[in-house]
Amino acid sequence: MIHLNTELQILKTDILEMWNLVINQMSKTSEAVEKADCDIVNEIKANEKRVDAFELKINMDCENILALFNPLANDLRFVLAVLKINYNLERIGDYAHNIAKLIEDTTFSKNSLKETDIKNMFEVSIKMLTDACESFEKEDTHKLQKIFRKDEKLDKANKNANNIIADLIKKKPEDIQSLLNLLSIIRRLERVGDQTKNIGEEIIFYMEAKILRHKKKNIS
Amino acid sequence: MAEYKVETKNLNLFYGEFQALNNINFIAKENTVSAFIGPSGCGKSTLLRVFNRMNDLIDNVKMDGKAFIDGKNIYKKNVVVDELRKNVGMVFQKPNPFPKSIFENVAYGLRVNGVHDNKYITHVVESSLKKAALWDEVKDKLKKSAFELSGGQQQRLCIARTLAVEPSIVLMDEPASALDPMSTAKIEDLIYELKKNYTIIIVTHNMQQAGRVSDYTAFFYLGELVEYDETKTIFTNPKDVKTQNYITGRFG
Repeated sequence: MIHLNTELQILKTDILEMWNLVINQMSKTSEAVEKADCDIVNEIKANEKRVDAFELKINMDCENILALFNPLANDLRFVLAVLKINYNLERIGDYAHNIAKLIEDTTFSKNSLKETDIKNMFEVSIKMLTDACESFEKEDTHKLQKIFRKDEKLDKANKNANNIIADLIKKKPEDIQSLLNLLSIIRRLERVGDQTKNIGEEIIFYMEAKILRHKKKNIS
Repeated sequence: MAEYKVETKNLNLFYGEFQALNNINFIAKENTVSAFIGPSGCGKSTLLRVFNRMNDLIDNVKMDGKAFIDGKNIYKKNVVVDELRKNVGMVFQKPNPFPKSIFENVAYGLRVNGVHDNKYITHVVESSLKKAALWDEVKDKLKKSAFELSGGQQQRLCIARTLAVEPSIVLMDEPASALDPMSTAKIEDLIYELKKNYTIIIVTHNMQQAGRVSDYTAFFYLGELVEYDETKTIFTNPKDVKTQNYITGRFG
């Protein structure tokens, strides 16, 4: 089993490296929104290629492990979970990239950033990603409940965003473009929360062989 | 330095009128594990025996084409077959320890090659048993008969015996097919470790084993080498439909 164990360890190392890259992308995106910094935007765009390369490599490695080693039980659940987490992380990487493109030609007013509480949304989504990463690395599902509750916060913020943005447009119609871009960013942050929640479900599937998809509440 | 450790070029082999191998062009790189897979009677073991000239011992065998080890044609008239078989060791399906002690089984190859230095022999026996992952289990009973060992231990003893004469290539003909699953796993782990220092060619009927242990896989059918590629390619995206049908269990 040495060979299989080695391949599984390599797979875990690779997915964690991709995970940290994606967390870094989200952190840089948050910074870029606040500072309207083009250099940071360019860095995010360049790193997007690395995220995609990771996704392709991890996909292929999972395929090879399934074909060559016929893993069973927890080993099988691990590979299946990594396959899905890989997809989720790539989507989050895409969202970070899309947000960076929205920031490129836009400067957001301090007031609009404050009213939408977007900084907090970024903090919540990054914390969710970081906690999920730690859960996966340490194979400990205790923090995952917090992730599921945080996703509800992001859903609520997204729901309220329409009204907030509409009010801001009424007050300052000349800012409509930047405010619509801000709304798009909020939508994407809500999707980041969804993808991270999905990751949490996959971790539970791997660790506890429970399927939480399509259930109303994620019960511990 | 030769490009490949083991190579055949346009190799054909006949048992009387029956053609067992048809135009085989095979290569194995150094320090890799190559697996031969295919249905019974397709020529896997016959090709394996080409590399240590064991087919010479079978009546009515005719061969044409070339077989190279380290770039040298091993069928040239000036090749010393005993030396070839020191360099190209072989492990068989059924463990076949000699009716001797564990120690003497491993020492035998050295003694028949004229080594008399007992200190050196003891050192080689210990190192070979360690390489075969057997030392810890037998170090306190080296004088006991090899037949007192379990089947899996006997097979690892045979591997140690092969390694004692310092081959660079190890041929394995279904080395685990007579063993229980735990012993099989130990042999497979051993193959994975040994390839760091040896070039290994293994015949196996167990496709999953080929997937687990080998870097390259050669699929044979009716004496022909149908497809040869990296194992992960053979098992995820084989090019030939016969290969695909075999590995998915549709025939063979």
